[in-house]
Amino acid sequence: MTVLDAKIEMTGTDAETGYSSFRLGSFEFRRDEYFAHVTWPKGSHIIEIDRFLRAMVRDIGWGFFYGWIFFDDIFGTTNHYGTVDIFAGSYDRGCKEAGIDLLETFPAEAVSEAFTTISQDWISEGYDPLNAPLETGTPIGKKGKERTDPLLRAFIAADRMLGLEGDKPVRREEDGFPINRAFADLDYDKPEIECEPGFEGQLHAINLFDHIARSNVTWNPSISAVTGGNICCVTSEEHMLPVIHGNDRNEWFIQLTDEIHWNIADKNTGAPRGRVVMRAGDVCAMPADIRHQGFAPKRAMLMVMENGTPGLEKRYASGELPPYPVDFG
Amino acid sequence: MAYKTHVGSLQSYNKGVIELDDDLRKYAFSNVFEVAGKAKPFERVAVVQNLQYVAEVVRAEGESPWFAAPHDEFAIVMDGEVTFTFVKLADDQVPSHEGGAVQLGAEPNGPRMGRVTARRGHQVLLPKGSAYQMSAAKPAVAIMQTVDGPVTVKRWNEICELGETQ
Repeated sequence: MTVLDAKIEMTGTDAETGYSSFRLGSFEFRRDEYFAHVTWPKGSHIIEIDRFLRAMVRDIGWGFFYGWIFFDDIFGTTNHYGTVDIFAGSYDRGCKEAGIDLLETFPAEAVSEAFTTISQDWISEGYDPLNAPLETGTPIGKKGKERTDPLLRAFIAADRMLGLEGDKPVRREEDGFPINRAFADLDYDKPEIECEPGFEGQLHAINLFDHIARSNVTWNPSISAVTGGNICCVTSEEHMLPVIHGNDRNEWFIQLTDEIHWNIADKNTGAPRGRVVMRAGDVCAMPADIRHQGFAPKRAMLMVMENGTPGLEKRYASGELPPYPVDFG
Repeated sequence: MAYKTHVGSLQSYNKGVIELDDDLRKYAFSNVFEVAGKAKPFERVAVVQNLQYVAEVVRAEGESPWFAAPHDEFAIVMDGEVTFTFVKLADDQVPSHEGGAVQLGAEPNGPRMGRVTARRGHQVLLPKGSAYQMSAAKPAVAIMQTVDGPVTVKRWNEICELGETQ
């Protein structure tokens, strides 16, 4: 695997729209009023701009997450934890057979810098791709006033458990995190913690639903508790996951509230396998050989359990570990 | 617009659907309320397995045995109210096996650390170095984030949707 020593370059600015165009390695990126255009020596691809920006800012915020992030069936990234592939058509049968696909590998920092630069230029005030569509403006049209507030919000990642002294805080009203409109009907009481003298601070509990209900982003998990390599992530989901995720390991979903529809496809070819509709209390594994994309008609609370053990992706890729999690005996 | 948030409970849940042209065992699709509804009190039934890591569903009803683990565990209450009572373990009392909770024969003889009462949506730290007992006046449901261990119960064939392979 050759890692390209390339950095993002600005290649011009459109006089009509005001947006700049960019190059990273062999990939060129430009946008117009409605679409992002990605071109490479043998091909080109068009993605609706809202979809493209929602995918891009999450890809950066997630640190490229686990495995494959498909912006759509053609374009995306693969995380190798230190380096990142950018691909176009590499996992699409048509592009592969036509020989027009391209995959290039870059240091993760170079891709992060590139995607941040593009996002900052292409996102104007009044539009936040991390918000649900009902809670933000539109990215279409000419370039507007540049945003000055934080464009990217990365994972909130607890080291041990959210809210513990010295660890990441839970979201609170006084810190600018009101209960989201879609969860306003729930009661949010606090757990009662009664410590005996001498054990103050050693017992801990939070209202996790309250923390999730105050999230001002969608499809952007925060880590709430960690047992060794076992990471409990929680997230609020509304509308559609703007990427198709192909994991490099097994992961698990536990539906805490409401309903999410997941479309499942073969990871390598994109061929549909069917769907899973998860409702409150449902548990479902997402095997390591699929792609999945979620759709939440109403904002929902989801828990994701990931095994963050370093090097696990290589054990799955080599076939040492099966691409499914449970031995039924 | 006023939204209605749908939560589940032991008494009322609406399980989803899995429609796949694939072996459904790969997805291990289950429902925590259904699992708890069929479990004995304080059985710890695995519903998630990520290599050595598991999430167990517990039906809390009455008083549990005492448990301890060689690492932090976490509980999320999904229905009802559960009280967790904690006792501090001496260093030589902390379990030294690889992982997961063990059931103790009785309440350890260390000092009481206190207790936490949790309801739906609450997440509770079950810290390493302590033993804990769960109690619930009415049937309740909790998810335990832990490691596959001596008290982990596995009945995947009974709890999971198996489709045509059943």
